[in-house]
Amino acid sequence: MDILSMTAVSLGTAIKNKEVTVREAVEAVLSRIEEKESQYHCYVTVDKEGALSQADEVQRKIDAGELTGPLAGVPVAIKDNMCTEGLLTTCSSKILNNFVPTFSSEAVLNLKKAGAVILGKTNMDEFAMGSTTETSAYGVTKNPWNTEHVPGGSSGGSAAAVAADECFYALGSDTGGSIRQPASFCGVVGLKPTYGTVSRYGLIAYGSSLDQIGPLCKDVTDCAAIMEIIASHDPKDSTSVERKDLDFTSALVDDVKGMKIGIPRDYFGEGLDPEVKEAVLKAAEVLKEKGAVVEEFDLSLVEYAIPTYYTIAAAEASSNLERFDGIKYGYRTEEYEGLHNMYKKSRSEGFGAEVKRRIMLGSFVLSSGYYDAYYLKALRVKALIKKAFDDAFAKYDVILGPVAPTTAPKLGESLSDPIKMYLGDIYTISINLAGLPGLSIPCGVDSKGLPIGLQLIGDCFNEKKLIQTAYTYEQARGAFGRKEDK
Amino acid sequence: MAKQYETVIGLEVHVELATKTKIFCGCSTAFGGEPNTHTCPVCTGMPGSLPVLNKQVLEYAVAVGLATNCTITQYCKFDRKNYFYPDNPQNYQISQLYLPICRNGKVEIETEAGKKFVGIHEIHMEEDAGKLIHDEWDDCSLVDFNRSGVPLIEIVSEPDMRSAEEVIAYLEKLRMTIQYLGASDCKLQEGSMRADVNLSIREVGAKEFGTRTEMKNLNSFKAIARAIEGETERQIDLLTSGEKVIQETRRWDDNKGESYAMRSKEDAQDYRYFPDPDLVPIVLDDVFLNEIRAKQPEFREEKMLRYKEEFDIPEYDIEIITGSKHMADIFEATVALGSQPKKVSNWLMGETLRLLKEKSMDPEDIRFSPENLAKLISLIDAKAINGSVAKEVFEIMFDQDIDPEKYVEEKGLKTVNDEGALRKTVEEVIANNPQSVEDYRNGKEKAIGFLVGQTMKAMKGKADPGMVNQLLKELL
Amino acid sequence: MANIISDETIEYVGILAKLELSDEEKEQAKKDMGSMLDYIDKLGELDTTGVEPMSHVFPVKNVFREDVVTNGDDRENILSNAPGEKDGMFVVPRTFE
Repeated sequence: MDILSMTAVSLGTAIKNKEVTVREAVEAVLSRIEEKESQYHCYVTVDKEGALSQADEVQRKIDAGELTGPLAGVPVAIKDNMCTEGLLTTCSSKILNNFVPTFSSEAVLNLKKAGAVILGKTNMDEFAMGSTTETSAYGVTKNPWNTEHVPGGSSGGSAAAVAADECFYALGSDTGGSIRQPASFCGVVGLKPTYGTVSRYGLIAYGSSLDQIGPLCKDVTDCAAIMEIIASHDPKDSTSVERKDLDFTSALVDDVKGMKIGIPRDYFGEGLDPEVKEAVLKAAEVLKEKGAVVEEFDLSLVEYAIPTYYTIAAAEASSNLERFDGIKYGYRTEEYEGLHNMYKKSRSEGFGAEVKRRIMLGSFVLSSGYYDAYYLKALRVKALIKKAFDDAFAKYDVILGPVAPTTAPKLGESLSDPIKMYLGDIYTISINLAGLPGLSIPCGVDSKGLPIGLQLIGDCFNEKKLIQTAYTYEQARGAFGRKEDK
Repeated sequence: MAKQYETVIGLEVHVELATKTKIFCGCSTAFGGEPNTHTCPVCTGMPGSLPVLNKQVLEYAVAVGLATNCTITQYCKFDRKNYFYPDNPQNYQISQLYLPICRNGKVEIETEAGKKFVGIHEIHMEEDAGKLIHDEWDDCSLVDFNRSGVPLIEIVSEPDMRSAEEVIAYLEKLRMTIQYLGASDCKLQEGSMRADVNLSIREVGAKEFGTRTEMKNLNSFKAIARAIEGETERQIDLLTSGEKVIQETRRWDDNKGESYAMRSKEDAQDYRYFPDPDLVPIVLDDVFLNEIRAKQPEFREEKMLRYKEEFDIPEYDIEIITGSKHMADIFEATVALGSQPKKVSNWLMGETLRLLKEKSMDPEDIRFSPENLAKLISLIDAKAINGSVAKEVFEIMFDQDIDPEKYVEEKGLKTVNDEGALRKTVEEVIANNPQSVEDYRNGKEKAIGFLVGQTMKAMKGKADPGMVNQLLKELL
Repeated sequence: MANIISDETIEYVGILAKLELSDEEKEQAKKDMGSMLDYIDKLGELDTTGVEPMSHVFPVKNVFREDVVTNGDDRENILSNAPGEKDGMFVVPRTFE
């Protein structure tokens, strides 16, 4: 039995049917990790001992009838910006190189309650700031489709781990596209839920008004099953929304008849790679053939999304990262003269270049004299962007477009020109600004053999429409060509 | 001719609210406790932690706002105030700048010069910081986050005060109001109420304000009065010698009777306030406001008027008793149990005040219950115990809130009212003290006092002095 | 580049953010911030008169907790990651009032 090629849901079923034990599954994936990690470097921390002991515990509970959920016993990888009690959590930063949380994030707790086995923590861009996982302080992650290319970011480790079968599914976080873009680059499915759907308690904050946790996985069925587990109303998170419609798996229906799909013309302009464009439009055709009504429209304001996002995200990040000061946890510089010197040195030595860049920008846009012109202005434009989507969703059920303008770039090419790198977020960023759900599903491969992702965007709280559309497309598309080396 | 200056004073008062838990987490606000034992990931700024607002904080803040005639901001938010300091676990304080919960209020104060209003510019909610302790041994500082996250309201007045007297009256008024609401015990000495004084001077008749300084570390009303005098003088001196007043924060040293400019923190004072994205807006409808209004207690002024009408006790007593809500509550409850108002007020005005002073306690700290005070008064009324026994029992009751009836039983303190036994003892005393007897018979009235004393001693204090006196006179 | 960031600005922002940059890093920071701000200036093209700044995307409001003690003594955990600890408190370099 080829355990590793199973999806999370099918493994869960196999475990339930006693075709596979939890330990067998965990051992299989651990040896895969051992085999492939030196090549791909998806993980910052692999918790072999912990995973094996969890496996036994979970198996016992399954046998006793205490754990009956669809993903009980299935091993999962967690992005390293989510607190995991007792397990090193670094945000891929030097400043948290020794930080062991004393509590787990709510999403992780929800997974554990459902019988998930935590394998370890995946690599990411430092503090989720980046689009290639190259700003990690612990080395880069390589794209399993072509190791000369990046896996995307900031949840690059999670996406690569799923693509390389180094886990059955993973959790990532998305502030400006950090789940969807690496999903697209690594040929896996990724979903950013509506803001407030998954609790942010325990997610180490980057852009608080934009961050959401979501799944990276092998197919849409897995995606829906994982969402049902991690979505919850959490009284510890004031921004957590109380939702009644969390039965995402009920949307796994192969039908888009009559569904109105809008394609923003502004997403298909200059800068979009022709192969990506072709693959995405082809996917739209598939949906059309299945009965959807597909139409082009003008979304507008697309080019303003990036400066708006960076102003807001940098501002919030500059404040969220103030707590890293060498006093309560994390890295403290060894030699210093006085308090303020200790702060400066610890932070300057502990943070990487991209993080420092954003902290400086964020502090500046909030500073006296500039607050109105930059920060408040960005919040006003954010309101306009939300309105543009509200108007669009008055007409359409789902918006369809590319995830990124290109497929995965080569390693080492992106960091030298930050603005060019930021421009790569153009299709994903406004979705975070508007708090909407967005899903990435593989829809093709370019001439270099690199995956292309299709993005489906929904109105707030409309994940089910996305799941249904994605599922229908997936059924029609057929199996997505998997990596050769298995 | 010397210029005439007037002092212009505004106050920023921080009040610690009497909630059981902190403003954004479920940690206890109880005093004491070993360092860092009332902490959690939220109030210590752990990565991934998030704040959730304590509803009681909002209710108290609105109550204080309504009681001080403020307009309640029915749509308000929290903002982050960013600055680095070790007592600030997130290196930002959650406060309210742009939309404070209350605005444009006023309180009436009365001084010798008469009544006037002091305007309240705004009241906002915020979290307190932790405590820093300086360690001389290792030349470092130590941080305790027990107080981090304790809820505060900051009351910012308009610069409407002109003298130390007005400032004290304003603070007394605020304290009384807030104590009556139960929102805080407002003790300057303990830090549950902190006042920073903003002071400037200008020539009498001038329209513009002068440059102001801010003074901190004012821990008593005396210190506040002295600081105001001191700073006024200092500023006048500067101006008359042609110098300018520098806008700065000064720390008052009450021992030395002078202030000095505080070492400026390395920070530029640019707090980069922005709305906290982790907290959602507060939207208050009129229903909510009316609920808070309905819960407002009878305030001191009304209470004083009512006591005047209802109870036959001196006005001075009324003033003192209503000066503390707790004391007033005890008074009313004891009277409600049937005790005569005058007797209750005597115990409060007499022994209670004496013991409070002796033990440096606040009326808010009175521990004994109305039930027990009522019982004590009943015992006296029934002549079950005499005056000095009563005082003795009261002292124990003051400390431990014992049930006086039980205590008197247990310790056998009842007055012996058996006239026969008493007569016998008196006869013995007369027999044993012939000199005093003779003195008395020879006209020394005071000698009977000695005999009373001897009788009381023999009776171990458990006799009614009046009766003893009577019996002695009869037998002599 | 329309936005020329001065050395003073970088110094100032460094103080606010408690970051100490090397001379080289400062030069790079000036350039980066300048071009980022040029890009952000684009927002000035949009007419936002009458538009309220939107902090929160959804009208979630009034999220409260009850005034009930739910936390106990978590000191051991709270101090478990401290770089310096003494007598149950966090050790920091000497502060001054």
